[in-house]
Amino acid sequence: MFGYLLTRIGLFVPTFLGVTLISFMFIRVLPGDPIIVMAGERGMTEERYQEMVEKLGFDKPVLQQYWEYLAGVLQGDLGESFVTKKPVWEEFFSLFPATMELSLCAMIFAIALGLPAGVIAAVNRGKFFDRALMSSALVGYSMPIFWWALLLIIVFSGNLGWTPVSGRIDLLYYFPNVTGFMLIDSLLSGQEGAFASAVRHLILPTIVLGTVPLAVIARQTRSAMLEVLGEDYIRTARAKGLSPTRINGLHALRNALIPVVTVIGLSVGSLLAGAILTETIFSWPGIGKWMVDSIFRRDYPVVQGGLLMIAVIVMLVNLLVDVLYGIINPKIRRR
Amino acid sequence: MKLNLLAATTAIALSGAVAQANTLVYCSEGSPEGFDPALFTAGTTFDASSHPIYNRLLEFETGTTNVIPGLAESVEASDDGLEYTFKLRQGVKFHSNDEFTPTRDFNADDVIFSFMRQKDENHPYNQVSGGTWEYFQGMGMPDLVSSIEKIDDYTVKFTLSKPEAPFVANMAMDFASIMSAEYGDAMLAAGTPEKLNTAPIGTGPFSFVAYQKDAVIRYAANGDYWKEPAQVENLIFAITPDASVRFQKLKAGECHVMPYPNPADIQAMKDDADINMMEQEGLNVGYLAYNTTMAPFDNPKVRKALNMAIDKQAIIDVVFQGSGQAAKNPIPPTMWSYNDAIVDDPYDPEAAKAMLDAEGVTDLSMKIWAMPVQRPYNPNARRMAELIQADFAKVGVGVEIVSYEWGEYLSRSKELNRDGAVLLGWTGDNGDPDNFLAVLLGCDGVEASNRAQWCHQPFEDLILKAKQSTDQAERTKLYEEAQVVFKEQAPWATIAHSVVFMPMSNKVQGYKVHPLGGHIFYGVSVE
Repeated sequence: MFGYLLTRIGLFVPTFLGVTLISFMFIRVLPGDPIIVMAGERGMTEERYQEMVEKLGFDKPVLQQYWEYLAGVLQGDLGESFVTKKPVWEEFFSLFPATMELSLCAMIFAIALGLPAGVIAAVNRGKFFDRALMSSALVGYSMPIFWWALLLIIVFSGNLGWTPVSGRIDLLYYFPNVTGFMLIDSLLSGQEGAFASAVRHLILPTIVLGTVPLAVIARQTRSAMLEVLGEDYIRTARAKGLSPTRINGLHALRNALIPVVTVIGLSVGSLLAGAILTETIFSWPGIGKWMVDSIFRRDYPVVQGGLLMIAVIVMLVNLLVDVLYGIINPKIRRR
Repeated sequence: MKLNLLAATTAIALSGAVAQANTLVYCSEGSPEGFDPALFTAGTTFDASSHPIYNRLLEFETGTTNVIPGLAESVEASDDGLEYTFKLRQGVKFHSNDEFTPTRDFNADDVIFSFMRQKDENHPYNQVSGGTWEYFQGMGMPDLVSSIEKIDDYTVKFTLSKPEAPFVANMAMDFASIMSAEYGDAMLAAGTPEKLNTAPIGTGPFSFVAYQKDAVIRYAANGDYWKEPAQVENLIFAITPDASVRFQKLKAGECHVMPYPNPADIQAMKDDADINMMEQEGLNVGYLAYNTTMAPFDNPKVRKALNMAIDKQAIIDVVFQGSGQAAKNPIPPTMWSYNDAIVDDPYDPEAAKAMLDAEGVTDLSMKIWAMPVQRPYNPNARRMAELIQADFAKVGVGVEIVSYEWGEYLSRSKELNRDGAVLLGWTGDNGDPDNFLAVLLGCDGVEASNRAQWCHQPFEDLILKAKQSTDQAERTKLYEEAQVVFKEQAPWATIAHSVVFMPMSNKVQGYKVHPLGGHIFYGVSVE
């Protein structure tokens, strides 16, 4: 297992360097000069433009700029935002807990509903429940996030008044930011009703962000379960007289989980992508909206720093998935 | 010579002291870039910084572009227009926070500090927080202001390098907000000078309490404010980027005021008995600028003919969905010196075609540049270009629509040999006509902000004369004449001014739509 882990971590280094290069180049190949975008219709004189070019270091050769950026990254310095003039690192960590809290809740929601739904659909293959579930999953997968979010807001917040429209907590509550996770901070604050308010604010964004992974997990679980349920050892287990719950829950599900875990790992990337729209609609102060705004403003340090941090997180999650494989399937870690 | 400023500062003070035990929630459209207004240029930033937290020597009277006294009780200009002496208000207190409690009142040192940090490259604050001082630079202040002197604790003199009447309006702009020099020194000594931008201290009606990026900004009423205290005890900006969601929050009572509604939602808002919809023309203009240096657009008659081929009403209906009004002048109707006597070119394709034929223009094909971004003065440039394309086709002019990424668009459209007419616009900075007419149509703007590349000496003479006069009646007359020349010469097709809509709860009282585009909550109460 140790050797297996070491190999996986070893792969991390070239991937990381590749990501720094791609994130650095990505924003630079987009047309548009950040200085001109910053000045807008107002424009600036040629002298002023040259001053800004020097100030931002754009007069240096691209390779030198990349080298300086990489050196900064290796020392934990992602640069300063052109727009807010604040360190990218500081901005990222002030926003990331909100994205992480929402993504975790969405993932838990997707797994908690998707896994059992997939198992039940597989066991009841071809029956009404299976068809209804798989049709719903297809609808969930195809639904545009902004439309789904607005629909839920109009029905549950606007018409029924059951959930708040947006934000992370009622504005009445005001307490210091300790962990950045609203569920934890609201508990720590000791203010009555704060935790319940934070939970209420999480409901709609969690459903919206969790819908696509839920659909994917349910479909993947169903097909993996169907494959496993057809295996000889399951027939043997049935012949031995094991209960259906034990066969499905223990013997079949464990083996069906490997592709499902892969899908969950890969969903982290799509969750972060989905977070961009979800965060915008629900005024959720996370990194999704921050990144999009920065791309439009050609805020190079934020785009490259943000992309790098997101890539590192996705890489870490996938490393974790690789480790989980090893635990679920001992054959893999011996390879 | 004493300038004709409204002496009655109290005119904007509020009637009676109302109990302050309430909270106003404003669903703002985005996060501020920071809280030091001199560092930034976005209206969203000014809404969150200069309006609630700071004051300036002179202020714009809320709801108008009139300049009134602020932290300066009066200002006197020398006869040659080169010296402006400000008499400062006494007894004005700065806010305090956990790290700073002021030991003295506002005085001349704060004025010197606020401007010199922007002007003097050797000032310890000049490079703090990336200090690019875009507005100070953009308004030409480094060259215009030769020196700033402290005459005594409550008198400051600005000496200019040339007479420039708009200087007075510049002093009321957001970048001219007055910071505390004492706070600056304290933060410099503590090694945290960036706190001027992140933990702001001002003299304004609200003091800063807390900010969480992309989520919320909290302010508390300043109990020591030098005017009547604010009507609400707490002011909260609930940052809500999506316009449809802002509308839902307003309906659900989660906020009291929201800016920038979706045009499609405006009718529903007007129909909602709980929502009060305020509206006013925006201080902006959207235009189509010909390249007046290239044939056949160097001929005013050709430009005029093309202008007559454009059906502006169709553009207002389709592109602005009613939230705009056709423009006939290059300055908006809410601005002083707007010449309402000017008659717009009629929409008359047949006459336009005849005029083009008379000038020998046949089989003309041209490019129209459509901006890739949405702006208040042009919510959908592509659609606008398509409508103009259809209009021009009716007079036999073929149009190819081109567009570029925004930065490229701004950069390429400035080029002298640019091919085609450019859709663009402008939003006023300081309520002075010079900010439109000189910036967008003056000879200095050729190959820069003057996208028509139009340098017409009779027009130039008028606006230069107006810039140097401190007599507003004379300036008004000169600008009115300049608009007549503009109309005859037609370097642009003036398309539209947007209408600003501000939906708010019926519980909100005293809100005034500000023509300069800011959202100001001093003097606003909630039932």
